[in-house]
Amino acid sequence: MSESFTKGMARNIYYGGSVFFFLIFLSLTFHTTKEMPERDNRVNLSESVARGKALWEDNNCVGCHSLIGEGAYFAPELGNVYVRRGGGNIETFKGFMQGWMKAQPLNIPGRRQMPNFHLNDQQIDDLAEFLKFTAEMDVNDWPPNDEG
Amino acid sequence: MSTLKYQSQAVAKPYFVFALILFVGQILFGLIMGMQYVVGDFLAGAIPFNVARMVHTNLLIVWLLFGFMGAAYYLVPEEAETELHSPKLAIALFWIFAAAGVLTILGYLLVPYSTLAHITGNEYLPTMGREFLEQPTITKIGIVVVALGFLYNLGMTILKGRKTAINMVLLTGLVGLAVFFLFSFYNPANIALDKYFWWFVVHLWVEGVWELIMGAILAFILIKTTGVDREVIEKWLYVIIAMALITGILGTGHHFYWLATPEYWQWVGSIFSAMEPLPFFAMVLYAFNMVNRRRREHPNKAATLWALGTAVMAFLGAGVWGFLHTLAPVNFYTHGSQITAAHGHMAFYGAYAMIVMTIISYAMPKIRGFGEAMPNSAQVREMWGFWLMTIAMVFITLFLTGAGVLQVWLQRLPETGEALSFMATQEKLTIFYWLREIAGVFFLIGLICYLTSFFTKEKAQA
Repeated sequence: MSESFTKGMARNIYYGGSVFFFLIFLSLTFHTTKEMPERDNRVNLSESVARGKALWEDNNCVGCHSLIGEGAYFAPELGNVYVRRGGGNIETFKGFMQGWMKAQPLNIPGRRQMPNFHLNDQQIDDLAEFLKFTAEMDVNDWPPNDEG
Repeated sequence: MSTLKYQSQAVAKPYFVFALILFVGQILFGLIMGMQYVVGDFLAGAIPFNVARMVHTNLLIVWLLFGFMGAAYYLVPEEAETELHSPKLAIALFWIFAAAGVLTILGYLLVPYSTLAHITGNEYLPTMGREFLEQPTITKIGIVVVALGFLYNLGMTILKGRKTAINMVLLTGLVGLAVFFLFSFYNPANIALDKYFWWFVVHLWVEGVWELIMGAILAFILIKTTGVDREVIEKWLYVIIAMALITGILGTGHHFYWLATPEYWQWVGSIFSAMEPLPFFAMVLYAFNMVNRRRREHPNKAATLWALGTAVMAFLGAGVWGFLHTLAPVNFYTHGSQITAAHGHMAFYGAYAMIVMTIISYAMPKIRGFGEAMPNSAQVREMWGFWLMTIAMVFITLFLTGAGVLQVWLQRLPETGEALSFMATQEKLTIFYWLREIAGVFFLIGLICYLTSFFTKEKAQA
């Protein structure tokens, strides 16, 4: 690097640049949180959805599955599973979930195995409500198709 | 006695030793998971995949934190030209952090996760069950307490001593690490907000403040091993971290493409994160430049190798592999696929695992009383470890990339109805997963080889 470009100048770019871009980041974050109510489906955030989210966390579902692309990549994406397995109908989806959760582990030799989390009917319904909620968020049309 | 300038630098030793022990655990659990990718029910009853993954990623984070702390305890006194404010506090915090870490990992392994959540009172302040932030809330509070004590100790040391650019940058990075961790306590019922601010921990750590820590450690090592003028090295350090933060802060936007957020993030995230490879490229130029302009032949060849290696691998893993899937139109298809896993592996190894091994390589011979370097035979084993682990990681990344490309091709690109399901796609990827697992075994062999370099027949000077 050229001698006329001094350490002091580099330091000023570091401090000035980071503070400047951090402030822009904070402003965009502020704007985003103002916009999110239009997109994140919060009008439908019921008690049941909140309980479902707690169950999702307490059983570490994200340790195998992804949710809107984030999480582990060992098991299917669940952000849109309400569409894939429930066809967008909550009764169909709850029926599917009740059967699926209780059938675990499938014990098919060599197949990846989902544990049984011993959830009761109400809890499974709550989880279904949570997954319906995530499927109805406006996430800029991700994923590309129903397979997730 | 050790061959240290300041005796209190020796508190780094337990941190480094424990970091490497956890590293071994991380790799073993990685191999278990790799096996479960191909033989789905392998150990499924005893160690379900989610548990193995939690142990694998949490051990990584914790061993890197131990490594960063050890690095700070080692280099801050030397830079400040004074003894550490309180070596006793450093040792006490070591035991608290180690105990909390071990108990947390045992909790993951011994009881179902929901039981762990229940007995640690997660319902009162729910923070668990989110990727990388799986630790019980009480552990998270413990991490904050340890971080505060650690920053107090370093801050007092720097206050009474010389304030070099390296020390200030390192301290800024560590304060940032602690501050952004506080977002892990924010967990609203609204999943979109939860995810948005979750990235304030995850992204602003690894693509923000951790880069300051990496830059400071690398600068310290380059000054020591090359003898190049501090003014030059510190100027480069500022340029690199300026680029890292200018691109990386708004680069956070590449996580906000599909998150109930406005579309402008697709532009902001794409443009700024496309520039994120620049600081890593500059780091490669800088490391090689400084080593070429060296004014002395440092006897610790291994440390220099690690320093060059971390720059190159961070550029490849974080820079190139990050760029591969960072543009919004590409990320639409690759988001949450094996491409992400490929990038994650090489980026963490290249930037963070390797920088910790760089400082360990430089500091341990001095702490242990061997002088500036380990005997030649030990260095040869260390360098074998370097090459085996690094090449194995290149292959792990290539195989996961192959798996990811095929996954996108089969599962993401076709329309609904024509696309293969997730599970059907996974079966087609088996060959890649087997090859990845084999590469993983080579990584473990490299790690063992590396660890043997710490055991040598030759005696320390003391």
